[in-house]
Amino acid sequence: MAMTITEKILAAHAGKDRVEPGELISAKLDIVLANDITAPVAIKEFDKIGVPGVFDKDKVVLVPDHFTPNKDIASAEQAKMLRDFAKKHELTNYFEVGRMGIEHCLLPEAGIVGPGDVIIGADSHTCTYGALGAFATGVGSTDAAAGMASGEAWFKVPEAIKFVYNGELSKWVGGKDLILHTIGDIGVDGALYQSMEFTGEAIRNLSMDGRFTMANMAIEAGGKNGIIEADQTTIDYVEGRAQRPYKVYKSDEDAKYARVIEYDCSQIEPTVAFPHLPENTRPISEVGTVEIDQAVIGSCTNGRIEDLRLAAEVFKGHKVHKNVRAVVFPGTQQIYKQAMAEGLFDIFIDANVAVSTPTCGPCLGGHMGILAKGERSIATTNRNFVGRMGHPESEVYLSNPAIAAASAILGRIGSPEEVE
Amino acid sequence: MDFQGRTWKFGADVDTDAIIPARYLNTSDPAELAKHVMEDADPEFPNKVKEGDIIVADKNFGCGSSREHAPICIKAAGVSCVIAKSFARIFYRNAINIGLPIFESVEAGEKIQEGDVVKVDVNTGLITNVTRNEQYQATPFPAFMQQLINAGGLINYVREKVNKGGV
Ligand code: SF4
Repeated sequence: MAMTITEKILAAHAGKDRVEPGELISAKLDIVLANDITAPVAIKEFDKIGVPGVFDKDKVVLVPDHFTPNKDIASAEQAKMLRDFAKKHELTNYFEVGRMGIEHCLLPEAGIVGPGDVIIGADSHTCTYGALGAFATGVGSTDAAAGMASGEAWFKVPEAIKFVYNGELSKWVGGKDLILHTIGDIGVDGALYQSMEFTGEAIRNLSMDGRFTMANMAIEAGGKNGIIEADQTTIDYVEGRAQRPYKVYKSDEDAKYARVIEYDCSQIEPTVAFPHLPENTRPISEVGTVEIDQAVIGSCTNGRIEDLRLAAEVFKGHKVHKNVRAVVFPGTQQIYKQAMAEGLFDIFIDANVAVSTPTCGPCLGGHMGILAKGERSIATTNRNFVGRMGHPESEVYLSNPAIAAASAILGRIGSPEEVE
Repeated sequence: MDFQGRTWKFGADVDTDAIIPARYLNTSDPAELAKHVMEDADPEFPNKVKEGDIIVADKNFGCGSSREHAPICIKAAGVSCVIAKSFARIFYRNAINIGLPIFESVEAGEKIQEGDVVKVDVNTGLITNVTRNEQYQATPFPAFMQQLINAGGLINYVREKVNKGGV
């Protein structure tokens, strides 16, 4: 009986030959992740279970990335809970400031997650690792606590939607535009409880960084997971990093899907999501005049080296508009170092762009770029909910890094084509 | 068991940033979080909500982040249960795991008006609108989830399993 890649991975981890959509299963976990917001709650719940230790000290990962380097005393107290827990349980994969990066950039880079894994993370963007051909999904702190204790979690096997991206991408169009276009098409609950499988020629031609961006935003359509079959691009990325053996799964040709949706990528423009939902998308040609106060380039969606290169390509030889402040957040220390070695920071700093240490920062309205009342930011992040980047009466527009950089120069949302 | 309470109505796609904005997430203390419950959807809500009140919403309630602080602060504010046309999946999971009762019913989400007094039978999912003299049926939970609910949430369930040497 034919199965999708998600069904195959879940079946293998549940010790079954096959599973069907709707079935409730208990699956073995390869990685359990939490951060400085979700781990404090998870640790309190973990302690209530009464087990002496975590199920596997190599497989419980803690990353303090949201309010770090700590912005205030309260957040420092929370981060300390992670540090103490990591020491007590001798966790291999605890990442202190200086080694820390944004979790969803860091885990793939460090080879902690790989193809065929089942991963839960107490962070909704855990779905990012689906880009490697893994089943990865966001859960809450209590699920993470139970997973840390038992190494298992319960799942309802999701139905899948297959998205087929045909044709070639136009200039300045990347993974971010494909996923924004998709969310604009199906809506923020268009894939509720479902698996989003991204396939087609355009995906095969997409780099790993572009694929991470797409899988990252599956949750923005309500998806349980986003997934892309591992191919040579994936293997090239994983080889030399993987900390554990990995396994490549592929969907059967005749696997069953709830829906199959096809896109002609040559028709997709750089896409911008207007406030206050990621589904409020418009092609760049239909944006009109939207003046901005801030441009944020980074996050687990677009804080990887390719994203920074793209932004630098646009910023090169230009200055940020006098009414705008622009901030770049590299995703990890490695990305930071590589960007520096490639001279990208010279370009940013010459353009009057501020460069930050890796952190979630303004993406969730944490710190390092909070908006005042009535202010507007373009951002390469993934959410533009009310108050997401600061004051409840501020606004966030989502885009790819090239559009964000061009907008920073223009002082309004625009395309690199408009930059002289 | 039954809940009876006054309802507060919200729209579609209420996200977790509206339920509990990230600027308050430097703590995980339920009472502290409850002071800001639903603040970015309705700034007056933390003052208006009373013990036993019921939240009623349109589709996709709780979309966005995985923060368990969202159901935690709703529960800590005294809200007895949440009724919505549909829930975002992580919120759904979290609510069951921490023991915040939730009920999915398109009809209830449509017909209940703010201020209506509503009675919910937790075991059957039957929702009675006392004000309007109407009844709506919520989708029943699968057996396994009912087991979790009966155990008093996921932690109790896992603790029992661990103690029996099941893991
Ligand atoms: S960068 Fe933003 S979306 Fe990503 S993990 Fe951090 S806060 Fe969440």
